[in-house]
Parts: sequence; C-alpha cells; structure tokens
Amino acid sequence: MEKSRIILGLAATSALCFFSGQTIYAGEEEPIVLRVCSWEEYIDLGEWDAEETIELDNGTVIYGENPLYEDFEDWYRETYGREVRVEYSCFGTNEDLYNQLNMGDTYDLVCPSEYMIMKLIAEDKLIPYSDNFYDQKNTNNFYIRNVSPYIQKTLEMNQINGKSWSQYAAGYMWGITGVLYNPALVTEEEAATWEIFGNPKFNRQITLKDNVRDSYFAALGILKADELTDETLLHAANYSEQLADAMNDVRPETIAQAQELLNQLMDNVYSLETDSGKADMITGKIVANYQWSGDAVYAMDQADEDDFELRFAVPKESTNLWFDGWVMLKNGICEDTDKQHAAEAFVNFMSRTDNAVRNMYYIGYTSSIAGNAQDNTIYEYMKWCYGAEDEEEDIMDYPVGYFFSGDNSDKNYVLQSASSQIGRQLYSQYPPQEIIERAAIMRYFDADANKAINQMWINVRCFNIADVPMGIWIALLVVLLVLVWMRFRKSSSKMLHL
Amino acid sequence: MNRFRFQRSQLCIPYGLFLVCFVLAPLVVIIYYAFTNGQGQFTFENLTGFFSSPNTIGTLAYSLGIAVSTTCVCLLLAYPIAYILARSKMKHKAVILMVFVMPMWINFTLRITALKEILTVIEGNLAYHPFLNTLIGMTYDFLPFMILPIYTTLLKLDNSLLEAAADLGADTIQTFLKVTFPLSIPGIISGIVMVFLPSMTNYVVLDMLYNSTYIMGSLIGAYFSAYDWHNGSMIALILLVIILVFTLFTNRYSDEDAGSSRGGVLG
Repeated sequence: MEKSRIILGLAATSALCFFSGQTIYAGEEEPIVLRVCSWEEYIDLGEWDAEETIELDNGTVIYGENPLYEDFEDWYRETYGREVRVEYSCFGTNEDLYNQLNMGDTYDLVCPSEYMIMKLIAEDKLIPYSDNFYDQKNTNNFYIRNVSPYIQKTLEMNQINGKSWSQYAAGYMWGITGVLYNPALVTEEEAATWEIFGNPKFNRQITLKDNVRDSYFAALGILKADELTDETLLHAANYSEQLADAMNDVRPETIAQAQELLNQLMDNVYSLETDSGKADMITGKIVANYQWSGDAVYAMDQADEDDFELRFAVPKESTNLWFDGWVMLKNGICEDTDKQHAAEAFVNFMSRTDNAVRNMYYIGYTSSIAGNAQDNTIYEYMKWCYGAEDEEEDIMDYPVGYFFSGDNSDKNYVLQSASSQIGRQLYSQYPPQEIIERAAIMRYFDADANKAINQMWINVRCFNIADVPMGIWIALLVVLLVLVWMRFRKSSSKMLHL
Repeated sequence: MNRFRFQRSQLCIPYGLFLVCFVLAPLVVIIYYAFTNGQGQFTFENLTGFFSSPNTIGTLAYSLGIAVSTTCVCLLLAYPIAYILARSKMKHKAVILMVFVMPMWINFTLRITALKEILTVIEGNLAYHPFLNTLIGMTYDFLPFMILPIYTTLLKLDNSLLEAAADLGADTIQTFLKVTFPLSIPGIISGIVMVFLPSMTNYVVLDMLYNSTYIMGSLIGAYFSAYDWHNGSMIALILLVIILVFTLFTNRYSDEDAGSSRGGVLG
C-alpha cells in the first residue's frame, strides 16, 4: 500500500518533469528567459520563398529566414554576449490578454492596443523604459532613433494621471479605421461617411465590427455628424482636443442615443464581423464593410489578384487612430535589470528598419518605425511598394513628410506614385495628412463608463423579450394547455384502471 | 505475494482527481462569482438582474426557441429515417446509416462554411432570415445525434412483440402507436438530450451564419470579455440549473414510460 503510493508519486513527478519541457543547462550562466506575448500573426515568422527577397534601391536586401524572435536571440548573443531565450505566445483580444494577466499568466513584454496600454498604466501594472532606452547616441537604440516623429509626438501628448504614454509604451503598428467598399456599387461619397451603415440603399449589404469600441465610434460619428463637419469646429485652434472629446463622449444620454441608433443600424446591416468581412467583400456577399486600414490593404491585395477592385474610404466626420505598442509588465520583469535590458533590446531589435520591413511585409499593417536621415530603408520600401513605374502616365506627388520627418512639406519625403493610389493601398497604409488631422484616439473609459458602454452593447445584441410576436405567445399557450390536458387525461385514465 | 494489488476502488482515483480538479473546483468558483459583486460582497443582484432585464430574459427565450425548434425538426427528420433503416430488411443497412452519420467525421466549422455558401446560393442574402438559417445550421449539425440513439433502440426491438400485436388483431398503425413508438421513447429521450442542450449554447453556428443575436453561450462570453465575471458566472449557473431540471425531468419521464409500456405489453 505505502509502496504503491510512492511509485505513483514518482510516476507523477517524472511525468511532470517530462511535460514541463524544462531543459537543464549545464553552463555556468543561465540564459535570460524573456516571455513575450503579442497578437496572433503579428511578427514575421520567416521561411520566405527565395523570390520573395526584397531588394531596395538603397542597397538593402531583406529576406526572412527564421522567425524574428529567433533572430533576436542570435543578435543579443552577438551584441551583448549573453544568452537569451524568448518564449513567444499569442493573445486573441485585448480583453483576453487583460484577463490572462489577471489570472496570473505572467509575461515580461506584451503588445496591446492604446486603450489597454492606458488601462495598464492607470492600474500601475507597467514599468517605464529606462533612460538609456531614449539615448539617441547609442547606435543599438533603434527604437528612439527610428520611430516616426508623428507616432512619438502622439505618444508624448497623450497622458493618463500625468504620465505620458511614451514613458511606458514603444509604438509597434498603427492605423486608422474606415470603410472598405466596392466601387462598382458604392460611390466614394456614399462610403466616406459613417452614415453609410444606416443608408437604406445598402440594406443588408454592409457589415459593422463585432466589438463595442469600433461600433460605438461609428455611432458617435453618425450622432455628431453635423457638429464634426461644422466649419467653425474644423477651423478652431483647439480642433484636435475638441475632436478627441467629442469622440470620447460617454455621458449617459449619449450612450442611450447610441444604443437606439445601433439598434436601428442592426436592422440595416448584413451582420457584425471580426474577420469574415474581408472574404465576404471579395466574394461579393456585401458591398461595404467597416474596416481597419491594415486589413483593408490585405483585402484590396487579395481582390486585385482576382481582378476585382475594392477601395478604402475614410469617413469625413472623423476616423479612429489606433496603435499597438510594446509595454513591460511590472509582475514579469520584477526589478530584474538583466531582464529589463533584454526586453528593451527586443523592442529595439523589432525597430531596426530591416526588421520593421519584414514585419510590415508579413503582417500588412503599417509600422511605427520611419527610419532616419541616415537610414531610409522604410521610405525605400514604401517606394518599392507604391512608387510610380517609369511608363506610368498619371503620376501624383504624395507627401508623407508628417510621418517620416514631422514636416509634411519636407521635399525628401514626397512620393511619386500613380494617381490611382488615392483610395487604395498607399492611401490606407500611409493616409495623407488631411485625414490624419481628423483622426481621434479612443481612450480607455473609467470603470463606470466602461460598464455602461458594455451593457449598452449587450442590450443591442440581445433579443428583447418584448419583440416576441403575439402569435408565438398564443401558440405557446395552446401547446401548454394541450400538454396539461393530456397529462390530466392520462392520470385520470390510470385512476379508472385502479 | 500480492503486495502490489490494488483494491478495486483505487481505480477510481484518477477519475476522482480529474473530477475534483476540472469539474468540482470550477463549479465552486462559478458559484462564488455568481453570488458576489465586484467588491467581493455577497449579493443576489446578478440573479435578480438576469430575470428583471427584458434583454437577458429575451436571450433566454431566444436560446430556448432555437433549441426547441432544432429538437423538433431533428426529431421529425430523424425518426422516419431511423425507423425505415432499423425495420427494413435491406442488405446494406450499415452503408446507408454511415451516409447519415458521415457528416460527423468532417470538421464542424468546415461543414457550416459549406452550408453558408449553399444557403447563400438559395437565399441570395443570408441576413434576411437569421433565425431560419440558424435552425438549418443547428439541424445539420445535430441530426446524427438524433438518428443514432433512435436507430439503436428500434434495432433492439423484439420482433415477437410485433407479431404478438398482430396476432391480437392490431393493424400496422395500431402496432406502431401502441408498441413500437412507446418502446422507442428511451431512444427519443436520449436523442433530445443530445440535441437540445448543446443547441442552446452553440453560438459558433450563429456567428458563422451571420446571426448577430446573442444566445446564452455568447452572452456569457460577452460578460467575460467585459471583465464582468459575476454576471457571466450567474448566467452559466442559470444554464446549469436549466440543464439539471431538464435532465431530471427526462430521466423520470423515460423510466416511467419505459416501465409502464413494458408493463402494458407484458401484462
């Protein structure tokens, strides 16, 4: 008896050892283990075909052989002489990540969206980047040397509890939201407004996003359309502050109006989707859908292969500027300076221009990395993707200086591109400055407001008992009566037998 | 000699551990969350909240509506098929049965995706008939679970009982109504259990067929992703109670009926 227990225990222990996958190192110095968690398919995993090699005009050759996090391990060993092992895992939504963090899954470095970064800063769950990370002179500090001035300015300007986001977050990918549409059936004018989701002309042929924040943003865009397109607001000195306030309005009466509006929209749209919209656009099930700029680029690329044209329009009222950024978790790093160093090095490695191109090529979204005066790889990549061919006739000047140097009149960053790119991939990936000016960040809402908009969304999605048609109630009543009657007859016949 | 001999009850230990870790412990956590609020205080608010909001009650009604109609349609489709298959003297019964069960071997999401395309061809625009599409999807998904138990019960049916009924002057319809059908009720009940309960919560079918209305399963998910573990757990608990009541009812009903009909035939 006693012995059998011991055997069972031994078996269990050895099984545990086997499954936990812990390798015991014989070396004198243990490797630093860096636990990174990011979105699915949000990092280049290598294994490119040979013909996928990108050769840029500035001589840079880009080819992804191994996953980027494995390349990082090699780079770290060569640069800092220490072993680091990256444990890379993925999350599905910001809320999933947050729930995981709360349940005790501890990561060191994660890549959530801006509002989740805000929440994590507000809850004091993050540690700020070290001073060394911002040292421009250190040539290994790729992030601070290469980050777009536009993104860095946005991160610095946004604060929560007096702490600016740039202290805690390093930008990774960014984009805006808009409407992907089929130009054969929808005009640009019809698509360039949030009101398209209520447009009866496209009854049951448009999709909204299946999450409360995106749908609420669209609802605000419709509710406040007059206010947002008013000339006095557009020319006001504090336009961006007023715009941000309007698009973050969570007063109870606004939420109530949004609920009523979304209920109406639900009767007009085809469905709510997260991922299926792109395929449904291409197969022609729907003619327009709410889309993030990066996914819009992907859908347009796919459609081009089938000789089918899709276009992207940005609503005239306002668009939602979003970005994902790397943040270091207090619970994971635990004041371990070696680990923090490795985490910062990981962010820097991702921000090296060639790696940023690899990620952009793989993911399709726009990197927050712009390069600098000495290293124009990103701009060259953009030229490689969208630059005008020699034989092209209709060529336009497309200034993107706001992103690359912070000055949109910068002559060095005016891309010569085909005019047809307006409303297409280039326009979605690097929107022109006049669109960026109407972009608003949707903040994290405090607990009460958050609860209210989540409840609003549940109310929109749930079936209201009051909507049950009278006929069904009557039918139910009849069925119930018949059942009772049958039961009664059965038991009375049994009584008779007795 | 037999120093390592296990007692038979010790064989239950692995399952017992499994039960405690993955069934009982989570249940305790669900109950804890269901009766507390954000501050960890004991409350009945989640329960009363569920039954006082027209939206949550509506979701329950909608889920029940889907489950009841799916079960009815499955039963109406499955019974004749199972009956014909079980009672016929066809040579290749097993092959035909396989045709009906085969969909179960193909991945479920793949099947629903295919169904989506077929329905689009037929209906043009799926968004106009969300309830009907869901009903078709659920039926497609769960029909084999209804056919199999009914088929097995009918297969085991003793032919001499039918002969006896015929000898005593019953015509075919009477034999079916008084002998075959009552004796197949246990199969029907287990078919209903296997179809009704999952179709109340299987929201993947709704998502994939563009029905944006929440059912109980998606409502739990919505609360969880809004970090509201308390209301989510309460709905899970309510669902559990419904299932429990349903199972108790069907168990009693099937035992009672099986007993009385057997008594009727034999007596």
